[in-house]
Amino acid sequence: MFTAFFYFLRARGLKVTLGEWLTLVRALRDRVIGPSFTQFYYSLRTIVVKSEADFDRFDCAFLEFFKDIAAESDELPKELMDWLDNPDINPDDYPDLGRDDEFNHWSDDDIRAMFQKRLAEQKEEHNGGNYWIGTHGASPFGNNGESLRGIRVGGQSRKRLAMAVAGERRFRDFRGDNALNLRSFQTAFRKLRQFSSRVDAPKTELDLDETVRATGDNAGTLDLVFTKPRKNTVKLMLLMDSGGSMEPFMHLSTTLFQAVDRSNHFKDLRVYYFHNIFKKRMYTTPEIDYNDSIPTEWLFQNLHSDYKVIVVGDAQMAPRELTGGYYPGHELTPTGLTWLRRFRDHYKRLVWFTPSDNDPIAHTVWGASYSMIRKEVDIMPLTVDNLALAVKKLMVAR
Amino acid sequence: MKNTAHGGQPAFSGSDDYVASPDLLNAVNIAVALEKPLLIKGEPGTGKTMLAQSIAKSLDKPLIVWPIKSTTKAQDGLYVYDVVQRLYDSQFGGDGVDDIAKYVKLGKVGEAFTSDRQVVLLIDEIDKADLEFPNDLLWELDRMEFQIPETRETVTAKTRPVVIITSNAEKELPDAFLRRCLFHYIEFPDEELMERIVRVHYPDVDDVLLAECLKAFYRLRGIGPIQKKPSTSELLDWIRALELGGVPVKRIARELPFIGVLLKKDADIATCDRYYN
Repeated sequence: MFTAFFYFLRARGLKVTLGEWLTLVRALRDRVIGPSFTQFYYSLRTIVVKSEADFDRFDCAFLEFFKDIAAESDELPKELMDWLDNPDINPDDYPDLGRDDEFNHWSDDDIRAMFQKRLAEQKEEHNGGNYWIGTHGASPFGNNGESLRGIRVGGQSRKRLAMAVAGERRFRDFRGDNALNLRSFQTAFRKLRQFSSRVDAPKTELDLDETVRATGDNAGTLDLVFTKPRKNTVKLMLLMDSGGSMEPFMHLSTTLFQAVDRSNHFKDLRVYYFHNIFKKRMYTTPEIDYNDSIPTEWLFQNLHSDYKVIVVGDAQMAPRELTGGYYPGHELTPTGLTWLRRFRDHYKRLVWFTPSDNDPIAHTVWGASYSMIRKEVDIMPLTVDNLALAVKKLMVAR
Repeated sequence: MKNTAHGGQPAFSGSDDYVASPDLLNAVNIAVALEKPLLIKGEPGTGKTMLAQSIAKSLDKPLIVWPIKSTTKAQDGLYVYDVVQRLYDSQFGGDGVDDIAKYVKLGKVGEAFTSDRQVVLLIDEIDKADLEFPNDLLWELDRMEFQIPETRETVTAKTRPVVIITSNAEKELPDAFLRRCLFHYIEFPDEELMERIVRVHYPDVDDVLLAECLKAFYRLRGIGPIQKKPSTSELLDWIRALELGGVPVKRIARELPFIGVLLKKDADIATCDRYYN
């Protein structure tokens, strides 16, 4: 049963490793985990899930898997669990039984063995009393009882049940594939540093510790040791669509901009704005004003091709903006598509994010431009997972 | 959850000045029983660092804290070989220069390993350090031993310490490291738990005042565009300020007096004003 759940979790995208699974098996064997289902749920989560971003995925998998397994389990028959979890009685209806807990001096093994025996004997529901597995009694089995030791069977006195907790899916917001907030943006952008430390840099910095050590080893004769500087070499260019169909996503764009702006670890950061698609001029402010613009050609000449480019735009526009033709106020030669290709060919590491995760092809006339752009560059919805993926893509060598 | 023992170890159940949720208690007890490091993540102000103190206190074990800074190296926690001092001594004729062990000083992890009693080792804010930092500690935390090549000595833990690691999620931690840890995410306390937390700090707080404050506090946290959401410690300060200021209870929810105690950014205060007017 547990092995099946292991593969089930893996199939659901949780990267559970054998080592973690063995830890769980050890915990179960050593009875570190109490027999309550809720404790089992929390313990399982503690051992196999290593990020709050995966909690929701785990909750879903847990619900899906144990919904069915509870019926087949020979250890805790479903009817027993159900009834113990929702005892249909009131504790006040039962007189005090004068519990002095004769089970206190029992060892865990005794209690466990007895539990198995009782489970085999018991054929009916039982509330109160001190022998059977039941509720509100003094037997060491069951729940809501008075015995200080023993095995809880289902139920949680005034605590929520595993299924209820998992069912709440309180960690939905932490999911990696959710749309982004500022913090998750920043975390993702920090990865742009992770892959860039100590790349291709000459050894130019004096390594003081190593120098002292080497000098010591050298009986006091100075021996200089140099190391590579730990500077980030990533240069980033952020190109953002502004205005028009992007208006509903202003908040998202601002958040992304703030995240990039605060990530001060880039060697260089350039932010330019455009409207719908790249044209002859790029704008330095989101207002798309000619006075704050530079020729797109200037970018190619002055910004080296090792800039990593992130484009944010919904890729929805009149197809003629891409293919050429009349558009008020703009002369469209070369066409948008030509500019896009020039960007793609010059800056080899380029990704395009769309703020909306709807597939536009299905329902708008603007879908045509989306599919045209998709043929040219990598285009994906802006989520934490995708940003991490894109960052990885931006970091690998061409 | 009752204070039952797993495998003879007394279980952790929170302490007088620390209120923990049942799932957190469970995580701590499993980590103690399995002798695995427990990684704690959570919003600032959810009491990650306090947890280790509370565990140490309630299990009656000494606490060793290793605060991590951006310049901390894994080596620092194990031992430091003071070459400069040795060089100095050798040139100016100090005693015992041939004894390398004299210049090897154990770090916090080394201290925890060599302690005769089981200790609680808190590695605080591990994400402050270099990205490679956690990986450099893999073997040491896994096997609970490390070598000092200078003295050809192997330091093995006499009793495996209870290791608590906290992280603010500023950097992603490496997978290999995560696999060796147990993980718990401290959620921001809900109103019920928060009420208990406040009462632990201010046992004689006025009921009506507390209820009003909590209501206003959670409403404030619910405002989406607020960048730095107020946390537990700010709430505690606020309640104290309101008590000392003698503000009539019914004005609290409406006017949010002493808002500067809760919100630390101008922009947030402005946002809040907009929402309330």
